[in-house]
Amino acid sequence: MSWAAGSLVLLGALLAFLGSLGLLRLKTFYERVHAPTMGTTLGTGLILIGSMLHFSGIEGRAVLHEVLIGVFMTLTTPVTYVLLVRAALHRDQAKEATAAGEPDAS
Amino acid sequence: MNNALLLAQALLGMAMVFAAIRLLRGPRAQDRVLSLDTLYVNAMLLVLTFGMKSGSALYFEAALVIGMLGFVSSAALAKFLLRGEVIE
Repeated sequence: MSWAAGSLVLLGALLAFLGSLGLLRLKTFYERVHAPTMGTTLGTGLILIGSMLHFSGIEGRAVLHEVLIGVFMTLTTPVTYVLLVRAALHRDQAKEATAAGEPDAS
Repeated sequence: MNNALLLAQALLGMAMVFAAIRLLRGPRAQDRVLSLDTLYVNAMLLVLTFGMKSGSALYFEAALVIGMLGFVSSAALAKFLLRGEVIE
């Protein structure tokens, strides 16, 4: 049981690491948005499952309160990213409009 | 188990460093908001692994609070970038 929890946590941490590496290395903003989602979805899920296994093994009963974080992250991450990409699109369009020399562009 | 946790903590710490570098360098505001989001998720995962190492359930609540406050702050920042105001 212990090695299963350990390998799940390690795999989740590896996914979060690769997501942050992608955030650092990729070229444009719209490419960079994709990378960290690997860590926030699958990485978080794997670490939470590993934590559940670990604490269930320690306490001798099913410890499931980590599901709370899982449900919360699954609900909130898409909301944040949709808002953020919409804001980036809006800012890009405003920048292009000012570069084109339209007088009433914000 | 302990070695795996230690390695996972090192990986998550390096992930936080990468997100912090992008936060400092990021050419525009949306890059900084995105890397702040990544930074708090990595910090939450790091707190969870600390909790597994110490065997105490207190760290779980800290991770839950980090997750909630992080969501609120990045949603507010994204809303500010979108409209120029957080609450209209």
